[in-house]
Amino acid sequence: MNLLLLIGLPLLTAVGVLLSRNTQQVRSIAFAGSALQLVLAIALIYFFNKERAAGAAAQMLFEQNYALFPSLNINFHIGVDGISVAMILLTALVVLAGVLVSWNVENLPAGKAGMTKEFYFLLLLLAMGAYGFFISLDLFVLFFFLEIAVIPKYLLIGTWGSGKKEYSANKLALMLMAGSSLVIVGILGMYFGNGEHKSFDLVHIAQTGLSSSVQKLFFPFLFVGFGVFTALFPFHTWVPDGHSSAPTAGSMFLAGISMKLGGYGCLRVATYLMPQGAQEYSNWIIVLSSIAILYGAFATMMQRDLKYMNAYSSISHCGFVLLGIGMLTKTAIVGAVMQMVSHGLMTALFFAVIGMIYERTHTRQINEMGGLLKVMPFTMTVLFIAGLCSLGLPGFSGFVAEMTVFMGSWQNADNFHRIATVVACMSIVVTAVYILRAIGQVAMGPIKESFNGLSDASWNEKLAAAILIIGIVAIGVAPNWLNDLIRPGAEIIMNKISGK
Amino acid sequence: MSDFLLIMKNELVITFIIFLLLFIKLGRGMKNESLLSLIQFLLLLNVGQGFTFLEGNLFGNMFTNTEQIAFEKNILNLGVYLISLLCSGWLKQHKHLPEFFMLMLSALLGMNFLISSGNLLMFYLSLELSSIPIAAMANFDLEKKASSEAAMKMILSSAFSSGILLFGISLVYGATGTISFAELPAALNGSTLQILAFVFLVTSFAFKLSVVPFHLWTADVYEGAPVPVTSFLSVISKGSVAFIFITVLFKVFSPLQQTWYNMLVILSIATMITGNLFALRQQNLKRFLAFSSIAQVGFILFGISGGTAASTSAVIYFVLIYVFSNLAAFGVVSIASSATGKETINDFKAFYQNNKLLSWVMALALFSLAGVPPTAGFFGKMFLIVAGAGNSYLWFLVIAALNLVVSLYYYLKVVRAIFMDKNENPVEKITIGASEKLGLIICSAGIVLVGLLSWIYQYISQL
Repeated sequence: MNLLLLIGLPLLTAVGVLLSRNTQQVRSIAFAGSALQLVLAIALIYFFNKERAAGAAAQMLFEQNYALFPSLNINFHIGVDGISVAMILLTALVVLAGVLVSWNVENLPAGKAGMTKEFYFLLLLLAMGAYGFFISLDLFVLFFFLEIAVIPKYLLIGTWGSGKKEYSANKLALMLMAGSSLVIVGILGMYFGNGEHKSFDLVHIAQTGLSSSVQKLFFPFLFVGFGVFTALFPFHTWVPDGHSSAPTAGSMFLAGISMKLGGYGCLRVATYLMPQGAQEYSNWIIVLSSIAILYGAFATMMQRDLKYMNAYSSISHCGFVLLGIGMLTKTAIVGAVMQMVSHGLMTALFFAVIGMIYERTHTRQINEMGGLLKVMPFTMTVLFIAGLCSLGLPGFSGFVAEMTVFMGSWQNADNFHRIATVVACMSIVVTAVYILRAIGQVAMGPIKESFNGLSDASWNEKLAAAILIIGIVAIGVAPNWLNDLIRPGAEIIMNKISGK
Repeated sequence: MSDFLLIMKNELVITFIIFLLLFIKLGRGMKNESLLSLIQFLLLLNVGQGFTFLEGNLFGNMFTNTEQIAFEKNILNLGVYLISLLCSGWLKQHKHLPEFFMLMLSALLGMNFLISSGNLLMFYLSLELSSIPIAAMANFDLEKKASSEAAMKMILSSAFSSGILLFGISLVYGATGTISFAELPAALNGSTLQILAFVFLVTSFAFKLSVVPFHLWTADVYEGAPVPVTSFLSVISKGSVAFIFITVLFKVFSPLQQTWYNMLVILSIATMITGNLFALRQQNLKRFLAFSSIAQVGFILFGISGGTAASTSAVIYFVLIYVFSNLAAFGVVSIASSATGKETINDFKAFYQNNKLLSWVMALALFSLAGVPPTAGFFGKMFLIVAGAGNSYLWFLVIAALNLVVSLYYYLKVVRAIFMDKNENPVEKITIGASEKLGLIICSAGIVLVGLLSWIYQYISQL
């Protein structure tokens, strides 16, 4: 399968959106494009598994390599392994759902100025950045796509957002840019640290290996740089503001995809290419991510605004991703990737539901709501599902992912790792407290009079929710397909760490 | 004889255009509009002829021409052509149109000789030829006091820097006994007198490039001068000086590399930080672009400090991109200010409401200046950083990378004003003339394509 399709299709869709004449056309083109992209992602899994079953043993499949800037040895090198395939599927699901929930974006204040086209254009550009990031095997190209995904977010939040949107947009763009400027320092460190043969090629660097002094010097740059994207404590402060100000689809992308760019980068670039650096700093990673998990959970308890609540809980949940990476065992790494996929779907669903509620009740304050189950049963059911997945109920993806992380963490036999695992486990109790409380307050109890005439979800919202729920349940009930997809990739990374 | 004509072809063509304008001025007057179209056509031809060249030396190595130099000259030609398109609104109304272009082309001629010079004397003469006409041009808003003030500041600071340059050249001659670029490297041994002479030379470069702490004239001149002059100063003039700066550092003063490396580190950091911090506070868009261009020079210095062939190509590539992005930004400011007289960031609030095309071009230009992909500016900045990082101190690299973030902040400020802020009475719809539209299209195409078409960088890197 030609991986260029994965970047070409969103690009074509975005251009199509720009050329279309009215809102109706914009929507149909965006919907058709992202639906086709989901088909592509599923086809990619099919072909990937088929190739593997046929005995293709190469680390990366469907590789393509074009010389881009030969004098600097920059190549357009793309290819996928199981981990990237899983992330691509996640992206396709979230993008399609995001397009569907933005159906009525022209009702937002900025939409009134006739800016619907621009909204979808930016959304699709962001999606293209994410796809490109997950398939690139050349660090320069990877960085290119990483940065492509920043500015559309700024414009989406600043133009279509709510609340103190300009402030949040600025904060987000600057913090993410600061993160990526650390990433470029780290990437250059590897480029020049690779001896005479300067290379940005991920596979090549992994084969030749870097000297341990280079690894120890530049690992923090890369890990912290990518960590900013995935809310590494104490660089998480853009998360609550960014998410709460963003329009619904913006939050979904931000939490569902963008934060995963960081996790993927931490794993694929920082940990894989600098295993000795990872070992050197793994205790730091564990401490910081444990703090993020626990702090995020407690901070969530204090929130009264649904979006802030989900944003803080994202910090906590993304902490599991970093914890899994920091534990440096195969199971924990598999768990980290699963958590990325699971949290991406779950949090996108959560934000979609919050958007649906807000569109009807015009409030996001938990204590101003109540009894909504009576007027919008579908929306509330979705809220239950998202909430239960978030607190890790078996049968949903959250349980599988977090359980795998804990199992992997426990494989480290010393006290330090065990204590960190126990601390992280404790957050599940806190999660249960805030999720159940919030859901109970919103869905049950006496209904307010002003909410009596509210309508339930429309077809596009139902479809969006259904897509994400299918993903969550498919992982929760039968996690093996995802596990089998991720495990070989994780094994290669683990072999590198244990020095085989 | 024919070789002589062909090696100096670019200069001769520009001289020819200058004389043509002189005759038009002396003869029966033409209408401004048709004259401007004629000039634009001639400048386009000038860009076209710039693609052909003959390598060689003239006048005992006083004047050299290589493929690389020819390419650099053509970047400048292109920039002048774009200015004539983008600022046509202002130019059409001006009653001294032919003189304006005579001066601008004289300056361009000086810059061409500057890039080609193979001798410090030639270098000095051409630098004077390129800076005196600019001072006259800065005065071209005849009714505005700020414009004459800008001209005065410009001429005083260039005279001062010329004095320093001359002093430096005489010291170089005293210390080494030669002023020829070809003979200098062998005569350099790093003695105190030579280093002192070198410091004077670098100072005069720093004046022209507005490197901190020699930047103080920049903001006032940029603000007071008419927009075409400001854009000429910030793009063409800086580009040409950056080109010759590389030649002088890499080819002539290569024995002193460790010395100039340390100088560049200090100058680059001071320039980036000061430019960025001052740009944060500017309200007037011209001043804003002036300070942002100071910060950009800091990045160019970072790239130059690498001292390799990659640095040379990265700087040429960056200047090419800078021509497109900065001229696009200045073009939008020029169009808006000649139509409405508004040129502060506050005036641009909610600009998007009535002027979609101009807003997108401005956003594209600002993103390119900030180095955000997929614009060409990203590649330009990245290649400068790659070129400079090779033998850089780690902290120097980190400072440069973090400065990218600061610069993003103020570029985003303008984007935010245009797209997000509310305004009771936003700028009305501005009608864009055909040649301005053409200029904006060329610039936008350049911003989008120069990065993505990777053979352009490949071509530059094999020069």
